[in-house]
Amino acid sequence: MFDRRLVSNFDWGFLLVIFFICILGLTILYSAVTAGYAGTDLHPLFKRQVVWLAVGFVIMMGCLVIDFKEFAKLHFLIYAACVGLLVATWLVGHTGGGSQRWLVLGPVRIQTSELMKISLIISLASVFADSISPEGLGFRHLIKPAILCIIPFGLIFIQPDLGTGLLLLLIAGCLTIFVKVEKKVLFILGGAGLSLVPLVWFFGLKDYQKDRILTFLNPERDPLGAGYHIIQSKIAIGSGMLTGKGFLHGTQNALNFLPEQHTDFILSVLAEEWGLLGCAVLLTLYFLLLFLGVNISYNCRNMFGSLLAMGITIMIFWQIFINVGMVMGLMPVVGVPLPLVSYGGSSVVTNMVGFGILLNISMRKFNTA
Amino acid sequence: MGVINKNSDRDWIKHRYIGAGLCIVFIFGVLFLRLVYLQMIHGEEYRRLSMTNCVRLKSIKSSRGLIYDRHHNLLVDNRPAFDLTIVLEDAKPLKETLERLAELTGDSYEDLTASIKKAGRAAFYKPLVLKRDITRDLLAVIEAHQFDLPGIHIDIEPTRNYIHKKTAAHLIGYLGEINKEELASGKFPNVRSGDSIGRYGIEKSFEADLQGKRGGHQVEVDVNGRVIKILKTVEPVSGKDLVLTMDLSLQQKAESLLGENDGAVVALDPSNGDVLVMASSPSFDQNDFIGGISSKKWQALRDDPGRPMNNKAIQAEYPPASTYKTITALAGLEEKVIDRNSTFFCPGFYKFGNRRYHCWNRYGHGNLNVVDAIAQSCDVFFYQTGEKVGVNALARYAHGSGLGRLTGIRLTHERPGLIPTSAWKKKRFKEPWQAGETLSISIGQGFNLVTPLQMAVFISAVGNNGTLYRPRLVRSVQDAKGQVIREIEPDITGGLPASKKNLAVVRQGLLEVVHGNHGTARRIRLPGIQIAGKTGTAQVFSRKAGEKFNNKKLRRTLQDHAWFVCYAPAQNPKIAIAVIIEHGEHGSSAAAPVARELIHAYLEDPEVPTAVVKHDQAHVE
Repeated sequence: MFDRRLVSNFDWGFLLVIFFICILGLTILYSAVTAGYAGTDLHPLFKRQVVWLAVGFVIMMGCLVIDFKEFAKLHFLIYAACVGLLVATWLVGHTGGGSQRWLVLGPVRIQTSELMKISLIISLASVFADSISPEGLGFRHLIKPAILCIIPFGLIFIQPDLGTGLLLLLIAGCLTIFVKVEKKVLFILGGAGLSLVPLVWFFGLKDYQKDRILTFLNPERDPLGAGYHIIQSKIAIGSGMLTGKGFLHGTQNALNFLPEQHTDFILSVLAEEWGLLGCAVLLTLYFLLLFLGVNISYNCRNMFGSLLAMGITIMIFWQIFINVGMVMGLMPVVGVPLPLVSYGGSSVVTNMVGFGILLNISMRKFNTA
Repeated sequence: MGVINKNSDRDWIKHRYIGAGLCIVFIFGVLFLRLVYLQMIHGEEYRRLSMTNCVRLKSIKSSRGLIYDRHHNLLVDNRPAFDLTIVLEDAKPLKETLERLAELTGDSYEDLTASIKKAGRAAFYKPLVLKRDITRDLLAVIEAHQFDLPGIHIDIEPTRNYIHKKTAAHLIGYLGEINKEELASGKFPNVRSGDSIGRYGIEKSFEADLQGKRGGHQVEVDVNGRVIKILKTVEPVSGKDLVLTMDLSLQQKAESLLGENDGAVVALDPSNGDVLVMASSPSFDQNDFIGGISSKKWQALRDDPGRPMNNKAIQAEYPPASTYKTITALAGLEEKVIDRNSTFFCPGFYKFGNRRYHCWNRYGHGNLNVVDAIAQSCDVFFYQTGEKVGVNALARYAHGSGLGRLTGIRLTHERPGLIPTSAWKKKRFKEPWQAGETLSISIGQGFNLVTPLQMAVFISAVGNNGTLYRPRLVRSVQDAKGQVIREIEPDITGGLPASKKNLAVVRQGLLEVVHGNHGTARRIRLPGIQIAGKTGTAQVFSRKAGEKFNNKKLRRTLQDHAWFVCYAPAQNPKIAIAVIIEHGEHGSSAAAPVARELIHAYLEDPEVPTAVVKHDQAHVE
């Protein structure tokens, strides 16, 4: 039976924000891929991104059909399927850029670790919804979530894709802290973690591994690689000044100073061509997106739904923060795309699934059965 | 499932949503302030930097490891080469600059622009090589006109220099530019497009040691692309040096002895498998491959009937001919088909079925035992021995002696040779084995194929009383200061399938080949050094029974290949040698003298190194 409340509760504002981000994203991508492009036609990457966004919208709508509370019942099945995909990636995955991250299914390549993020959030939300209490979670409540995290982390770590693996732990950790952990447990775990770091550093790691971690934390150590990219990115952003150099007039962009200007470093193109004003618009849109996400979570009367919404909001938050921070030289250089703006199908689809779930929760917030 | 319906529940959790919201506000505040810092406070500065595009990377090529012979004589080093490069962004106006440059170099304008067109847009601000390895005269001219040529630079690149032209070219190998697939494979993390990697020989096999690691500068340049300031530097890491087992003077001697003949010489140290000599004739000049070989030269090398691009020591397969009788003798003794004293009568032929199999000596050898048969290379004796042993048992001994399989030398393209069995023939030709074929096999003809290196490894094992070594090319890997980083130990791959007693019988036969009264190689005796060896004459072309040919009338390409394998001194061998001269006719006259000269040169003065060349400038900075 169709409930009219589903339509009246639908969060149209959220959808509008997504729509504006997509439009802005395509505009920047157009500039990023067109610079120096000789063809008279639209650039193939641009066309492909339009297709991905369209596919993403359809998938997002698809996520509205099933009541989100079904996810809680099926969470373990979804989780097992995603772990299965990760194992398959490990066994027969496509290798690119030195790591094995993609599973090739016909014409599409799936970055399975992206799907794992959503699946883990669903499972954690489901587990936490049962154990949440005003006193906070004790050790025994954390065993199951820890196991749920460590399996996919291990499988992503061996690809090897440390960046995505750590992002997964970061999302899970933030959601756990949001749910509230007993103070005692928090101190013990924090203390244990901190005392483990020097042990691992001095006894567990080889010199070249330490070197990589140091470079990861401080790109300046690698002046010919990551450090150089950061300098070029900062020059591009800074040179945009207040109003930018104008659409399609970015010089850093046109000269290909940056290796990944249509994916990870796309924000530098926006900053160069549209200046502080352009960046402010994008940041405001992202802020609204996250604010509405928290709002959906807050208004949901179902604990599972509320935690799921919060988890997805946390996921989007970290992607934005890491990417924007990296491009501005505040964060380590990790391959995390900017949601809905960076070129890339897996990222678009994952984020759209997340948005679909958020909208789904907003529609059924009073439906507590 | 936890359903929130009590107000007390909502209260504690409400604060957490507010906390989450505040975190987002805080972080976005930080990001926005950072934008203000970059775009407003430092905006002018970054705008200036972006206008001149002046922060660039300049790569510093590392120098490749050097290669020495066993006595530390330098074989391969690096010399500075001057490359003419252009940075398109700075070369304005481009057309005029290139026209001026074309006038100075004498190249056509089109030639110079060809490489620019190829590079596309990716390399607008990166130096593109216009002309590699220019002469010093041209260098001086360009330097003098520096200010008329904006964006044109001279890059000094360390370039490979093979000091002894054509010497051990097959062993040392050469370099070639890396291709797209290899770059994408991820196997060469320190190599960039346009760099060279080992393509052949030791240069290829020891690529991981020889290759260095690039460094670079992050620099600030002015409007003309000249460096104003070096911002940061990463020092390059030189490749490691190799000390080969090869003996330069002996190698050169072997090559001069081969002379104009096509063929190969391999000399090993029987006590450890060290490759003292690996010569293949004709040879080629490795320096021709630097910076890409011209298609004319490549075609000439490829079409040469002497196959200069083949390392005949490991890539050419020949019938072992009478050298194989050593195996037949070992198999016969081990299988107890014959013993030290059993004799056969040789009337000059062996009648098998209704066919006569001839001995090379048409008058016959009379009665002889196994030692005499080896010394005089009697075919009839080995027809009968082989017939009794059978093809499959013979193959087992040949295999155990290292034939028909790779020796495991660290060079690519090694061929395994072929030792036939009845099962092999069934599979290959769908025909059963003919008993008559066993007779051909017994004297090393028929389907048998071996490489000179395999024969050297085998005869070396006979000399050292049964130990098969993997041929060792490199003794040690060392750093630029001469500190040894890694020693490569001798590697035993197996033992000959024969008892010491039977080996002694065969060794006696091999000694009498040279020192016996009727030995086939008695003319190569040296005063004071006992040599043990075996001659061989491999038919290129099979003769019908009873058919007679006058060799002189035959075209040279139909003449037999000459083999000689040996070790010396016979009692405690220090060197084992395999020589093949293509179309040299007789092992005793064409191949054996080459071995004798090498033994003479090596044993007269084996351990005294030739003058050690100290090259302080060897590592080009």
